[in-house]
Amino acid sequence: MTVRFSIATTVIILWCLLALLASVLPLDPDRIVLQKILVAPEWQSWLGYDDLGRSIVDRIIIGARTSLLVAVCVVLVSAVTGTLLGMLAGWLGGWCDHLMVVVLDIFMAFPGILLAIAMAGLLGPGIINAVIALTLVGWVGFARLARAQTLGIKQREHITAAHALGTRGWRIGRQHILPLIAAPLIIEATFAVSATVIAEASLSFLGLGVQAPGSSWGSMIREGTRYMLVAPHMVLAPGIAICLVVLSINLLGDRLRDILDVRQTVRG
Amino acid sequence: MLTYLIKRIITAFFVLLGVSTMVFLLIHIVPGDPVQAMLGESAQPADLEAMRIALGLHLPLLQQWLEFMNNLLHLDLGESFYSRRDISLLLAEHLGPTAILAVASLLIAICIAVPLGSLAAMNRGSHWDRIAMGFSTLGIAIPNFWMGPLLILIFSIALGWLPVSGSKGLSSLILPAITLGTALAALLSRMVRSSLLEVLTEDYITAARARGMSSARVILRHAMPNAALPVITVLGMQLGGLLAGAVITETIFSWPGIGQLTIESIQRRDYPVVQACVLVISFTYVFVNLLTDLCYGMLDPRVRLEQ
Repeated sequence: MTVRFSIATTVIILWCLLALLASVLPLDPDRIVLQKILVAPEWQSWLGYDDLGRSIVDRIIIGARTSLLVAVCVVLVSAVTGTLLGMLAGWLGGWCDHLMVVVLDIFMAFPGILLAIAMAGLLGPGIINAVIALTLVGWVGFARLARAQTLGIKQREHITAAHALGTRGWRIGRQHILPLIAAPLIIEATFAVSATVIAEASLSFLGLGVQAPGSSWGSMIREGTRYMLVAPHMVLAPGIAICLVVLSINLLGDRLRDILDVRQTVRG
Repeated sequence: MLTYLIKRIITAFFVLLGVSTMVFLLIHIVPGDPVQAMLGESAQPADLEAMRIALGLHLPLLQQWLEFMNNLLHLDLGESFYSRRDISLLLAEHLGPTAILAVASLLIAICIAVPLGSLAAMNRGSHWDRIAMGFSTLGIAIPNFWMGPLLILIFSIALGWLPVSGSKGLSSLILPAITLGTALAALLSRMVRSSLLEVLTEDYITAARARGMSSARVILRHAMPNAALPVITVLGMQLGGLLAGAVITETIFSWPGIGQLTIESIQRRDYPVVQACVLVISFTYVFVNLLTDLCYGMLDPRVRLEQ
């Protein structure tokens, strides 16, 4: 368990470091070398070259930046919006809560990333639109969780006491509810990061995310599928990168769940 | 049970109403003029106006919505701007292949998950358990847009056993079904394992064992039927993921289903077809969830009594 967790943490740190240092490292992801078209992995370029003779290592690193940037943006905005709306609905109750339940039910009636695919398609291809589409879908999970947790906690004695002492609603939310519901939300956010990495790559694979000559792991797989017969490394390298990152984040999420022990936290 | 049934159907009705409204609003999120986006920059003003009238976009929003709902009730989804064909007919043509793919993937997922999950639960903490859960963790992490090309690489290109794409015969169904079914199998095997582990600690299992019943009989006759209930719920909920995954899988394998139609329509900017595809997939998802809930109520008397 510890070894697995150490490997997962190392992969995540490496992913973040590569993504953050991408603009500092001497990379040239768009440099076309005609002599190197579809060349298999070699010493100068560990992962080989693509159909335009561009270094796949360089493009993978730039792809890491894209996936990290999108994941952080989407999860951050979704988490803040979803948590605020969910807490508000749970705290206020009444028609406000009913309305939230209806809205959540409607959003959840769209399976998986279908709504994001449709939205990204209608907004037009591009990374910004992909981020918008994923955020519009992503807040739902956080809102649902925050609402349920707030409903469970708002009846507790310390909340009633704070209320009786005249503490303002937003202060109760910030100081007395949020710390108690933070653990499940952090776990949700961890899994949301891995889901967003896959979702962004899916959109880019479908041609709805990052556009050429930009680089995303999803778009790299898409380009690679056309040359699978002669250059399978074009598909293998970005796929392994996605799997490693997603697997590591999921393992970290599992570990966090064990450490934070959600059920115990909620039951108090 | 009847009250539960009515309550559940009313909820589903409002959800469908909301889903339809969301889908109606989708065309309005297109930046700028959706008609201009569909016809391109070089379109003549007369053509733009004609298209605007054909789509009803010249009407006030509320009237557009009422018109949309009225047409939906009459199963009139309009006409494809690209092929000029009735969208309902277009959907009917593509629904079959998607249904075949979804059922095949579901079968594959069940065939992998039930034995694997059971094996893991019966040998908790053993190598079998670790292998099964390793498969599950890996299966969840591998996205289908990579799994598909990987399977093509192995079974079509390297071994030459199966066709790369298309929809001719059973052989062309195998790879897309495995691609789509693996992630579900990974999730389900985890669910089967935890559900079985919970059931195996029940008194009636101990009683069955005490009566000298064989391990296989205990599992098949007493544990499985009770462990199946939560698994069925998860299965219903995950069918949505399967349908959304079909969009990508069908694109990889050129499988002529709703998913491929959705992506092609997005590329052609055929917005009415995109709306119709999203609507059909979401409606199917809501109906399947409703059916799952009702089945759950029928299978488990406790659910009926609680309601």
